[in-house]
Amino acid sequence: MYAYDEIDQTLVDERVAEFRDQVQRRLSGELTEDEFKPLRLMNGVYLQLHAYMFRVAIPYGTLSSAQLRKLAHVARKYDRGYGHFTTRQNIQFNWIALKDLPDALADLAEVGIHAMQTSGNCTRNVTADQWGGVAPDEVEDPRVWAEILRQHTALHPEFSFLPRKFKFAITASDHDRAAIKVHDIGLRLIRNEQGETGFEVLVGGGLGRSPFIGKSIKPFVRGRDILSYVEAILRVYNQYGRRDNIYKARIKILVHELGIEKFAAEVEQAWQEVAEGPLTLDDEMIEDIRSRFVYPAYEKLPAMPDELRAAAGDARFEAWRRNSVAPHREPGYAIVTLSLKPVGGPPGDATADQIDAIADLADKYSFGEIRVGHEQNLALPHVARRDLPALWAALDALGVATPNVNLVSDIIACPGLDYCSLANARSIPIAQELTRRFANHETANLIGRLHVNISGCINACGHHHVGHIGILGVEKNDQEFYQITIGGRADEDARVGDLIGPAVPYAEVADVVEDIVEAYLALREKPEELFVDTVKRIGVEPFKERVYATR
Amino acid sequence: MPLVKNGAIVADDFVSVADDAELPAGGAVLISAARFLADAEALSARNAPLGVIWPNNRDVAELKPWLDRLSLIALVFPTFKDGRAHSQARRLREVYGFRGELRATGQILRDQFTFLLRNGFDSFAVTKESDAQAFGEATHRYTEFYQPTGDGHLSALQRRRKRHTAPAG
Repeated sequence: MYAYDEIDQTLVDERVAEFRDQVQRRLSGELTEDEFKPLRLMNGVYLQLHAYMFRVAIPYGTLSSAQLRKLAHVARKYDRGYGHFTTRQNIQFNWIALKDLPDALADLAEVGIHAMQTSGNCTRNVTADQWGGVAPDEVEDPRVWAEILRQHTALHPEFSFLPRKFKFAITASDHDRAAIKVHDIGLRLIRNEQGETGFEVLVGGGLGRSPFIGKSIKPFVRGRDILSYVEAILRVYNQYGRRDNIYKARIKILVHELGIEKFAAEVEQAWQEVAEGPLTLDDEMIEDIRSRFVYPAYEKLPAMPDELRAAAGDARFEAWRRNSVAPHREPGYAIVTLSLKPVGGPPGDATADQIDAIADLADKYSFGEIRVGHEQNLALPHVARRDLPALWAALDALGVATPNVNLVSDIIACPGLDYCSLANARSIPIAQELTRRFANHETANLIGRLHVNISGCINACGHHHVGHIGILGVEKNDQEFYQITIGGRADEDARVGDLIGPAVPYAEVADVVEDIVEAYLALREKPEELFVDTVKRIGVEPFKERVYATR
Repeated sequence: MPLVKNGAIVADDFVSVADDAELPAGGAVLISAARFLADAEALSARNAPLGVIWPNNRDVAELKPWLDRLSLIALVFPTFKDGRAHSQARRLREVYGFRGELRATGQILRDQFTFLLRNGFDSFAVTKESDAQAFGEATHRYTEFYQPTGDGHLSALQRRRKRHTAPAG
């Protein structure tokens, strides 16, 4: 956990005061909606289909139980008793009144939570591997660097009015859980041959209407130079990113149009102007941030305690343990993922009561810490393995132990037409229907790891391009149709999925997904071959034939 | 449009001169970048303060040879959402060491005053009278900053570093 000091706290409090003033000026009419819009967006406030939506930052996905409880409080006091965890390590509240927003922000500020730059054409909430600090395979805790970047990009005087939004993601493991290749800047923490810590820097990834996989711009930037280097990238982007066309304004288009070599040369030149300057980090600065990440006092515990052995006979527990419990860097501990994808539920939603109860369980079983992942699930990062059976029983009672993590019903979906003013089609009901179709755990388990991603429009908040099966809602003659892609992925081998054929109407989507899954089961070489690997091996055609033969 | 300088609303010393109008013999003038670059040598030798309006899509490095002869550079915010001039300002101040007046023009709202000051602007052609009057209040809203810029404020990282290395007691 990162503990705010008085500098962080003062800044958050000052931001709340500023926003209170801005809301006041809007309510009095002194600010026009046109003037207010970029200001409110920079504080996570959207005007949606039915009401204002409020998006709160959860930097690098780490929360304390006190922070989680405060989110439940906001859901209860100012909203309708629930919140929605998004693909960007944020939580959104959908029904909030403008006049209540300053108070909601002030309440959150009490526990060091803010909504700074969760929207708008600025550097957005910095995301990172949700298992940072506990994953057995990481170089070092990526959250230390995410926090350094969070601070540097918060209220940045030069980069708060960029051509478009700008997203950073950081991973420190070979296995990328932060989807860095589909971010504007992706950072992969590595060590060079001399043992120095630094980053491979990728730039220009992103989804939306023109999906791109990020390109490597520099194989190694020393940790101490990371702020000056990203400053140079942002400065080039701010100056040369297109502002004439909102659809061509993201850095991915600039990188694509210039070519990565030309873009890299521009950045290198801009970097020469700022390198070795005040942005250069030194060990004391890095150490100061690192020192405020507090790690639990782990005990030496057995990896296979009696409690776990005894519970192994319970088939339901075992089914859950197999897909929700991951190895921890400490042998006697585990990382436990909480599924926010119950059968028939909207992906990523949690009620205030659930959130409070999860906070209690975090206190009891996970040193008061909770993580939020881009898959719209939560995790308890430090669970003693002996506590797994008791924790499971508690999570099961809460409805957050559906044994479907990474399986076909662990669906990522945007809010779609039910909430979003941009959407062309519904996402949530499609997700709900699919979770019902694949509710049988034995079948889902047989299918194995399979990510279904659903977006209600081309903006791709549900990351459909990188779903193993991607579903994109489009509108045709006032009706909802869905384009289906397969073979996408968001990990270290990230790629954009391929379209399998013409869009299908709403009523057929679940059938098509079932057909694709059945085709996969028939076509895979062996049970261990993942869906996405089968697609890679044999291509789209066999699936296309199967799906469209009878349509 | 009120002009704010050194925190107060002041009269503008500079007279804007259109490209096709004759330059007055004396007095401070503000001219376009195109006019200036067409005859930079002669214009910068003129014996009165000279200001240039620099468009936000042109590289400020072009001004490098003339910076010590310019009294004012006016950067442009066609809308306050177009932030290119923020980067131009920082490069002029921090990379090229421009010491003259750096003026923000266009759509300037109080909500950007702090950012603009931090980036090196020291005068502001403000859109709204009420914003100009609120200048002092708006620019004292923040006392802590995360980024080091040429305005001299230490960043949070730098302040903590000092604390870290300060002798105990």
